[in-house]
Amino acid sequence: MGQIQLNQVTKTFGNVNVIPPLDLTIHDGEFTVFVGPSGCGKSTLLRMIAGLEDLTTGSISIDGVDATDTPPAKRGLAMVFQSYALYPHMSVRKNIAFPMRMAKMPEDEQNRRIEAAAKALNLTDYLDRRPGQLSGGQRQRVAIGRAIVREPSAFLFDEPLSNLDAALRVGMRLEITEMHERLKTTMIYVTHDQVEAMTMADKIVVLRAGIIEQVGSPLELYHSPQNEFVASFIGSPKMNLIKGEEAAKHGAATIGIRPEHTGVSMTEGMWKGRVGVSEHLGSDTFIHVHDTGLADMITVRINGDVQVKHGDTIYLNPELDKLHKFGADGKRID
Amino acid sequence: MATQHSRSAARIMMAPAVVLLLGWMLVPLIMTLMFSFKRYLPLRGGDLGWTGFDNYIRFVSSSAFWPAVSTTLIIVGAVLIITIVLGVLLALLLDQPMWGQGVVRILVIAPFFVMPTVSSLVWKNMFMDPTNGLFAHLWRFFGADPVAWLSEASVPSIIMIVSWQWLPFATLILLTAVQSLDSEQLEAAEMDGAPALSKFGYLILPHLSRAITIVVLIQTIFLLSIFAEIFVTTGGAFGSRTLTYLIFQRVLESQNVGLGSAGGVYAIILANIVAIFLMRIVGKNLDA
Ligand SMILES: Nc1ncnc2c1ncn2[C@@H]1O[C@H](COP(=O)(O)OP(=O)(O)OP(=O)(O)O)[C@@H](O)[C@H]1O
Ligand SMILES: [Mg+2]
Repeated sequence: MGQIQLNQVTKTFGNVNVIPPLDLTIHDGEFTVFVGPSGCGKSTLLRMIAGLEDLTTGSISIDGVDATDTPPAKRGLAMVFQSYALYPHMSVRKNIAFPMRMAKMPEDEQNRRIEAAAKALNLTDYLDRRPGQLSGGQRQRVAIGRAIVREPSAFLFDEPLSNLDAALRVGMRLEITEMHERLKTTMIYVTHDQVEAMTMADKIVVLRAGIIEQVGSPLELYHSPQNEFVASFIGSPKMNLIKGEEAAKHGAATIGIRPEHTGVSMTEGMWKGRVGVSEHLGSDTFIHVHDTGLADMITVRINGDVQVKHGDTIYLNPELDKLHKFGADGKRID
Repeated sequence: MATQHSRSAARIMMAPAVVLLLGWMLVPLIMTLMFSFKRYLPLRGGDLGWTGFDNYIRFVSSSAFWPAVSTTLIIVGAVLIITIVLGVLLALLLDQPMWGQGVVRILVIAPFFVMPTVSSLVWKNMFMDPTNGLFAHLWRFFGADPVAWLSEASVPSIIMIVSWQWLPFATLILLTAVQSLDSEQLEAAEMDGAPALSKFGYLILPHLSRAITIVVLIQTIFLLSIFAEIFVTTGGAFGSRTLTYLIFQRVLESQNVGLGSAGGVYAIILANIVAIFLMRIVGKNLDA
């Protein structure tokens, strides 16, 4: 079990209101990702769920039981920190055993769980090392191991991969997703990396300044962002947002079109522009188109084999059925 | 310093400083060594020539020697224990967010700025005086007989004074160490269900071990040579004579420079023995 419910939760630090009243339900077994720009309150929200930060007002219930004043250790949640927060003076084995020792679990049960966790996380050869003698990825696995052995009702991750290099990050991302498939435990994962959010989540919660902008599955967010903020936040490269006359033609204050939904032609098309920087990724090329008279710059995705030169004239053909329309208040118009 | 050339240039440029430093340290050391092998009584005939190891044998066989060594070690050991235990507690306390934190921290550090002579006089006259001291009043208030601290309990009194002086130093170093502890580690322990005492034992104390090592090493060096505190309070009477004080008495009170110098050499040896011991016991912490 691991159902978490936030009711009218708020948080103020001094007189700064970080989280305005917020409601959110996280269902049992769900992989929920909190995503948003830096400083939007993701960590604060997670720490409030963990019990490391008091609520200013509102309540939290876990599995239907009010947990607002329950101390962190009694909530049955395990947390993995960005800095790993391993205990540097203990061996890997002792680190993993620590929560079980604190719970006074029988020795042989402890050992059984340590062995199982070590095997699942490829740590068997490192059990007697100190955290200082491990690589970043191994440390991260120890931190996850320490969380797993508690058999929590939910895992909380606060940007667990942001200290790893790109290749390792992809690997660990898969491992965590894999682990979720296997354990089917509720997981709440904080990140500002939208690729992580899109690839791992069952449900993404997009936050801005403590306000939930949209909750939905990755594809819902991609296909029907409810407002301009979500539209430009989800998707890489960002959606092109066009205001003014062109938007008015479509009956909206702002229209949005994703780079991958814009065709290009060298001879004819709806919009005309001049090629700026081209970013070659091999499979795809992203070109920045200037002087369209629509926006400062429009990014489009073309096939990696197409050759365009800086300064070429280019025509763009947006797929009109993939156009997103937003009203003057930034909300989606259908 | 990568190349041969830059290395030799560096040596030449460091040479003046090294020569000066060596001279500074070696001249007094060699003079001490030289005097220790001489019979030198400034007021009773001056330099009376070489005597071999006579001074060394006389210094050790004097009835005052072993008590002085043990007093020295007792004072150093007790002050170390008191300052570290109280220092850790104070550091933990000062790390808590509280009202007037800045002022409290400055107040805690203040004793360190008081000169040893001054603080000893204050302790002697204002606290420990058997008729007018604060302690005497306190004892009388509770109906007890005032203690003549400096004569009845001279060594504990000196330990108290010296601990009071060195507590700020220990607290300061330990406080910076406490503050450098990663707060996420403590939060992780909190989530893991560790009670306060376990957090202290498993996280805070191991984290402080390096700072404690430094406090022990630095304090030992200074505590082995405390002098003013004894001179001002007991004058070395009532079993409060340390090795340093014994040397002082031999040189100045008995006007025997040779004998005092031999004592000085013993003090150097004792300091080195203690240093080697400490390095072996706690020095490992510095590598980790
Ligand atoms: N202890 C605190 N005291 C005062 N303000 C705080 C405190 N902790 C966080 N804040 C403020 O709350 C806001 C949200 O912080 P939070 O750490 O939750 O952001 P975040 O979304 O996790 O950002 P990041 O992606 O950079 O980690 C920030 O504006 C921050 O300045
Ligand atoms: Mg954060």
